[in-house]
Amino acid sequence: MGQSAGLLLDSIVSGILVGGFYAAMAVGISIAFGMLGISNIAHPALILLGSFIAYVLNSQFGFDPILVGALATVPFYFLGTLLYTAYEFAFERRGTQLIRGLAFFFGLLFITEVGLQLIFGVDYRLVEAPYIGPSYNIGPVSLPVRMLIPFLASVLLLVGLQIFFARTFTGRAIMAVAQDKFALQLMGAAPVRIKRIAFGLSTATAAMAGAFLIILQPVEPSMGRDYIGRIFAICVLGGIGSLPGTFIAAVIVGVAESITATFYGPSWSPAIAFGFLLIALVVRPAGLFGRA
Amino acid sequence: MSNGRFITLACLVGIALVAASTFVTNEYYVFAAYFVLQYVVLATAWNILGGYVGYVNFGTTAFLAIGLYSAAALNKWLDLPIPVLILIAGLLCGAVGLAMGYLTIRLRGVYFTIATLALSVVVQTFITNWDYVGGSRGLYVMRPTEVPVFGSYVAYLFFLMTVLAVAAVAIARVIERSTFGFGLAAIRDDETAAAASGVPVLRLKLIAAAISGALMGMTGAPLPFYLTYVEPTSSFSLAYTVNSVAMPLVGGTTSWLGPVIGAILLGTMQQAMTVLISSSVNLLVVGVLLVIFVIAAPNGILGLLRSMGGKKTDPETNPLAAMLVTEKRSSQ
Repeated sequence: MGQSAGLLLDSIVSGILVGGFYAAMAVGISIAFGMLGISNIAHPALILLGSFIAYVLNSQFGFDPILVGALATVPFYFLGTLLYTAYEFAFERRGTQLIRGLAFFFGLLFITEVGLQLIFGVDYRLVEAPYIGPSYNIGPVSLPVRMLIPFLASVLLLVGLQIFFARTFTGRAIMAVAQDKFALQLMGAAPVRIKRIAFGLSTATAAMAGAFLIILQPVEPSMGRDYIGRIFAICVLGGIGSLPGTFIAAVIVGVAESITATFYGPSWSPAIAFGFLLIALVVRPAGLFGRA
Repeated sequence: MSNGRFITLACLVGIALVAASTFVTNEYYVFAAYFVLQYVVLATAWNILGGYVGYVNFGTTAFLAIGLYSAAALNKWLDLPIPVLILIAGLLCGAVGLAMGYLTIRLRGVYFTIATLALSVVVQTFITNWDYVGGSRGLYVMRPTEVPVFGSYVAYLFFLMTVLAVAAVAIARVIERSTFGFGLAAIRDDETAAAASGVPVLRLKLIAAAISGALMGMTGAPLPFYLTYVEPTSSFSLAYTVNSVAMPLVGGTTSWLGPVIGAILLGTMQQAMTVLISSSVNLLVVGVLLVIFVIAAPNGILGLLRSMGGKKTDPETNPLAAMLVTEKRSSQ
């Protein structure tokens, strides 16, 4: 095998691994934006908040970051229900969610970012765990364990959510709330309550994604912004509200970025997601797997 | 007040500002006033698209930075005078605004918003990779110490920014009272109804996006000379975006006066707090104010003043636009 073919294979594999992690970041937006129509642009900032919680508990008490992420889903769920209650009361009920709702989430993003900056400064922070460091090598392909673990955990997270949406009453009600609120009420579910639960779930995934992020790379407070374009590109590309679509789109973006980074330099990869976003919006706003 | 009288008045205020600045001996105050005026332009520009049409732009930094870097690059290459640089930056950013609008504004408004957020990341990527303007290392901009007529360079920059601010406010006010402005308000209130009544929805939105983008770019053009050193991280600071969103929303979005009130209030507050406390804390305050205002005072300070005056106003409705739509409907 030629050297460049090996390089290509290696960058595809690491792209798939990173893509899995992107799916975990994007799934919260997929739920909030795709199913509930709430454009929570503060989601990446919440992910960073999750990363810093993992950082604090890891550096102070030596807890495993993934364990912290899993435990943090509980407070994040309640934070989410709280946010939705405020959002519903202040914007959805008045019908001003488009401009003021967006400004509200933008304000939250900004407050979270500046707040983290005031507490932790602008230095990069990282966590320590036994699986950060070692790496398997198969031919030219290297499989760093710190990428493998978030990938597998992300897949588990998405599969779990998909089962929840497909099999449980609440899950199906969440899928239904975007389509027909009135019919949902006839089935005996209160739309506002269902949306509150769903939004709580959406923010809960930020806690997990935050833990994955800090395992993959050191983080600093303003990093969340770089992910906004990427996450929304994945959601739009994957078809709004479709979890399998989100996963496939995340892998596509991950691979495209990884190849670009390998052959043209990593500083160009942010432009890739934006290209995807624009193309997706112009050519097929319903996404690759969405109902047109 | 007619448009002509308003513009005359705005010019007089501008002349008074420039005249007053010549009596100020401490140059810091002129710098601070420049900062506030810059935000008057940015907030007004944001409001032309955000407040009048209802399309939220979170990419102020992108437009500002395109203006800033195009001016820095052209200055390095051709050494053009600043007014020319301002015009070029305006044309360039108007075109970017138009292109962004053309690609995304036809969809739901929120896609436009997301695209503008992503745009700032991409423009930053390009600038960071652009060696001619220093890439991530940054670039020093030489400025002459003396300028004919104005004396100091700071006074000259202040004059230019005053002209821009007066122009921006005048444009906003003229738009507000024109058929174009009524069309924009009709789109904001109900896009389908507006289209059904014969408002050329797409064209009006695109014109608004181009004007808004152009004004933001023009604000950026004198900035390299104000800062004398430009580098990507601070040029793409989220502070510009959060301020240009917060100022109109705090002041009130339905009238030209709202962004001006917001910019003067928040701009002065930040200058004072930067000196007294720290610049991170004052940004935090802006974010908190933004959230408080959108929740508790959706019509901003103007809305609060109006409701205190006993004049009931419907939050999202411009009465004139509503009238226009009903008239058109009944005539069909």
